[in-house]
Amino acid sequence: MPDKIEELLREPLVVINLGLKGFAASLEKQEVEVIQVDWIPPAGGDEEMIDLLDKLL
Amino acid sequence: MDIKQKIEKANKEAVRRLTSGDPVLIDVAPAGEVIPGLEGKMITHSGPPIEWGHMCGAQQGAIIGMVIYEGWAESPKEARAKLEKGEFQLEPNHHHHAVGPMAGTISPSAPVWVVENRAFGNRAFCRQVEGRQQFGEYSQDALESLRLWRDVWAPTLQETLQKMGGLELNPIIIQALQMGDELHNRHSASSSLFANKMAVAISEADIPKERALPTLKYLAGHNLLFLGLAMACGKAITDPAGDVEYSTVVTAMTRNGTDFGIRVSGLGDEWFTAPAPVVDGLFLPGYSDDDAGLDMGDSAIAETVGWGAFTIGGAPGILTLVGGTPEDALEYTREMRKITTSTHPIYRMPAFGFAGTSVGIDIRKVVQTNISPIIDTAIAHKDPGYPIIGAGLVRAPIECFKQALIAFGQKYNT
Repeated sequence: MPDKIEELLREPLVVINLGLKGFAASLEKQEVEVIQVDWIPPAGGDEEMIDLLDKLL
Repeated sequence: MDIKQKIEKANKEAVRRLTSGDPVLIDVAPAGEVIPGLEGKMITHSGPPIEWGHMCGAQQGAIIGMVIYEGWAESPKEARAKLEKGEFQLEPNHHHHAVGPMAGTISPSAPVWVVENRAFGNRAFCRQVEGRQQFGEYSQDALESLRLWRDVWAPTLQETLQKMGGLELNPIIIQALQMGDELHNRHSASSSLFANKMAVAISEADIPKERALPTLKYLAGHNLLFLGLAMACGKAITDPAGDVEYSTVVTAMTRNGTDFGIRVSGLGDEWFTAPAPVVDGLFLPGYSDDDAGLDMGDSAIAETVGWGAFTIGGAPGILTLVGGTPEDALEYTREMRKITTSTHPIYRMPAFGFAGTSVGIDIRKVVQTNISPIIDTAIAHKDPGYPIIGAGLVRAPIECFKQALIAFGQKYNT
């Protein structure tokens, strides 16, 4: 596994960033290609709401 | 059918009702003659139910204004004393098939727009829009436009409408959306289109010149004239969708400056409330956010049917009033797609390739995405006695939607 990670890091990186845009911005500053995916946890992470939504949606 | 299928079927029906509304202006008449249950010394107001003692300053000021206007008190001091003794009945407009802008106050002798939804046969009502008393000002100057509305403008419009046999409003709404109105705070096109229709009809109706001319001047000089009509349309369109079992579609959003409330089709007339939010806006000279009251008015019925901030991307002219950039506005409109059920077949937006407006806010999608409906609105002062002080944008509190979802789960045994 470490070999594979090292191999990956030797190649040009293309990153998919989920959620917080700050991580994508940092990588862009370092000229790394980033695809930003806007994502937030369902129901803001509220477990009661997630349980209800599982049943209703 | 499992519950998810039942909800999908019910929401289709709710949206069918919301999108088949056919609003027609049939009358302008004193509220006490046409609004069911508005009788005696009653004043109706915007928002969910609230007692006098918990009302915000602007709503108290507006009610003091109506008490003086009706002749139930001679002075603000006397009006306040009588209100504190509970001498007048205060009820929400929404409990009477009515809506009103900002404080939303309606009293028996005040004429209201009467809109009939010809697709379902129901009627809804809204008071006229002005910039002073409805914001909480109660000076004699502020009440003068209410008297002119009662004594000159409304009777002239009533007489004209009777001779016209009513006026279909969908053609005006459709055209205004294509002319850059969003039908909440920007009514430049719709008001002009309405004034054009009425000007010809008034001329043909043999109205005496001493009433016709002032009414024509009123129609020609009022940028927000159509707001009262649009709100009555919104209420007439949403009421038939108010009782679809298993539907999670929102049928009312409204605020009284203290609380924000919503109703949901499958939950009938129950209110789900949370504290009214702060409006993020621009202020008229001499005022700042230190002066501002909280979000207020039944006018969010516009967003409930998919107008207002839901179509703001197609109405960039409104941004000089409420703030923000055209890019923000486009994004708001796109964002509302994520929490709604469908698009409107005839209310369309040229800025989005003539796509239909978003309609049918689904409480499940609001809670799941954590995206609250956005509303563009005016701002009243936090204290009684002031006219409009600004305008801006505000988000409905997500708590209302969470409460409704819990109640929905309880009602339908999940």
